[in-house]
Amino acid sequence: MTSSGGVELGTAGAAVPARLGERFATTRGWRVATLAAAHAESATARTLELDVPDWPGHLAGQHVDLRLTAADGYTAERAYSLSAPLDPARPGRVAVTVQRVRGGEVSPYLVDTFATGQLVEVRGPVGGWFVWEPGFADAVPVLLVAGGSGIVPLVAMVRARRAAGDRTPFRLLYSVRTPDDALFTDELTGVRGGADGVDTQVFYTRAAPLDAPREARRIGLQDVAAHGWPPELRPVCYVCGPTGFVEAVTRMLLALGHDPATIRAERFGPAGD
Amino acid sequence: MTLTPGFQGRPRPTGVALPPGQYEVADFPVLSAGPTPHVPLESWELVIRNEDGADWRWSWHELQRLPQEDARVDLHCVTRWSKFGTSWRGVSLDVLLADVTSSAQYALVGCYGGYTTNLPVADLLGGKAWIAHTYDGAALAPVHGGPARLLVPHLYLWKSAKWVRSIQLLRDEQRGFWEQLGYHDYGDPWREQRYQGD
Repeated sequence: MTSSGGVELGTAGAAVPARLGERFATTRGWRVATLAAAHAESATARTLELDVPDWPGHLAGQHVDLRLTAADGYTAERAYSLSAPLDPARPGRVAVTVQRVRGGEVSPYLVDTFATGQLVEVRGPVGGWFVWEPGFADAVPVLLVAGGSGIVPLVAMVRARRAAGDRTPFRLLYSVRTPDDALFTDELTGVRGGADGVDTQVFYTRAAPLDAPREARRIGLQDVAAHGWPPELRPVCYVCGPTGFVEAVTRMLLALGHDPATIRAERFGPAGD
Repeated sequence: MTLTPGFQGRPRPTGVALPPGQYEVADFPVLSAGPTPHVPLESWELVIRNEDGADWRWSWHELQRLPQEDARVDLHCVTRWSKFGTSWRGVSLDVLLADVTSSAQYALVGCYGGYTTNLPVADLLGGKAWIAHTYDGAALAPVHGGPARLLVPHLYLWKSAKWVRSIQLLRDEQRGFWEQLGYHDYGDPWREQRYQGD
């Protein structure tokens, strides 16, 4: 992109190749989906497996919009991250993992009340930036950093890598309050996680289990330096979590020398400061 | 068959104008696609470039010396939260565009950090858009787009580009960051134009 006066103006072509527009297009309208199966991931989080007619497919990291309808016709819409990649054997099946939010309008219903066989409207997939697929960006190393339920789109990326037999180097840093709040840790750590070849580090911020390698504390700069990738490898960094967490971790990545253009973020919740 | 049987939802909102599919929040959520840039005021500038490549530029100091306006507006984010009665101070785009020679119909907004978004020039004019530097009486925080962001509250909030740096006036529409990724070219919350094709 040329510019005069030494000013680099943003260009539509620079950030993302144009073809992504078609690839990531959100299909029109709502589809009526059926809750085919559900299981608890923790005391406060539940995975919903929805059968969606004519589902166009999705990439790990994308989300869906759900629309709920009350008896008086009132509707509420919310976005939830998909927690599993597309399964070619079941192309109409999508999974979202919902964390119950205290005082929330929708998540308590989805976690506690919504029953298998019941219907909900679905739209999507949505979002084409916070995504990964095998072969993405010439298989440069990937750093995943999750805070709390920010693990959901990142576990979809780990699962997409596993399902494809992809060997892109992955490292995952997962910050969570207590073992009771942790999602997917049996799958991501220990023998099962080791079989993936994904180096996963769990950081407990409030209470750590007895066998944890470190006391309860927040992820710090030294942790990101020790368990992330050197910036010279130009890894793609995906950071997902509450706003304060994402701000802190992205500042650490920048301080360690990572190019801001290699850092992708997904934030939820209020600013916190 | 009934959708989501047993779902009740919150008490229905009264007294506020809520666009379809939105819900009201009291806090101020943050959504950005990358790290938050921290832009020093000494090097900050705003550039408006017309379709012939001519530039109009303002330093931070020059921006502050222009006529300032207070705006009390409602915000509508495509992720479905709406925030009512927010207070901003900044410079109207009517002031900034007053002497710019152009017959362009489209604008592509560029930002520190590389973000872009597109909208029609007409939506920048007529008292509907500002370069805002103050929120709720204080300097706009970097996480919300400080030092300055575009504020164009009649469209979904992704059009109100944080860390604004440039506005290119174009004869032909060019899609910005989210618009290339499937979000709507215009983004009117009252017509629920969230995604391309809505």
